[in-house]
Amino acid sequence: MDSIKLHYDVSGNDFTCAGEASGKIKRELKGLGFPNDIIRNVAIAVYEGEINMVIHAGGGVIDVEITPECISLDLIDEGPGIPDISLAMKEGFSTAPENVRQLGFGAGMGLPNIKKYTDEMVIDSEVGVGTTIHLKVFVK
Amino acid sequence: MTVKDFAQSADLKFICNEALASERNIDGCYCGDLLSWVMSKAKENNLWLTVMGNINSIGVAVLTDVACIILTENAPLDDNAREKADSNGVIILTTDKTSYEVAAQYSKLQ
Repeated sequence: MDSIKLHYDVSGNDFTCAGEASGKIKRELKGLGFPNDIIRNVAIAVYEGEINMVIHAGGGVIDVEITPECISLDLIDEGPGIPDISLAMKEGFSTAPENVRQLGFGAGMGLPNIKKYTDEMVIDSEVGVGTTIHLKVFVK
Repeated sequence: MTVKDFAQSADLKFICNEALASERNIDGCYCGDLLSWVMSKAKENNLWLTVMGNINSIGVAVLTDVACIILTENAPLDDNAREKADSNGVIILTTDKTSYEVAAQYSKLQ
């Protein structure tokens, strides 16, 4: 199989659309016959990324590259950036506003969950410019 | 045990996708309202007991492949959540019992 490249736009400030990209990626991976645990890991990581884009960044884009050995994802936004990445990675740390918490998000689990469900995670972020999260999930 | 079996035992009412309930097996139970937490901890085929009836709960149910959502303490289901549940085949039930009471009932039947 040659690599398959996919691109998704995530609209900002619209929680009703969050989960669309992860749902589509999940269906794509299912159609390609990837194992269920790999699909679940990718889908959860992407969903958390989508939610972060909606809450913090006014949307963004997701680029996916699929090979038989690895699923690579770039979650890219032009939001406010993350001033302290190590603090943002701590479970329970959240800057989400109250209205977001009322929807059941903003528990400070987003970035830790993304790390938990992927094999590689690199965050490039610049305050005032945006954030790109590079992810890899290897198919063992 | 299927979702249908448990719904009868625990006197739960169906809101969405009752027709799928006799085919859906249950394996374990998870209680939680923080969606990222649930996404991280709930397992495939769990009963998910929550008071969160918004559209994002449906997304979490789809991603985690839980057996069903049980809205406890008569928590409401948003209209757009109902539409998304219908189109994604997510089984949703409701009850006036607390999450603790439903979980205890499930535990008794184990």
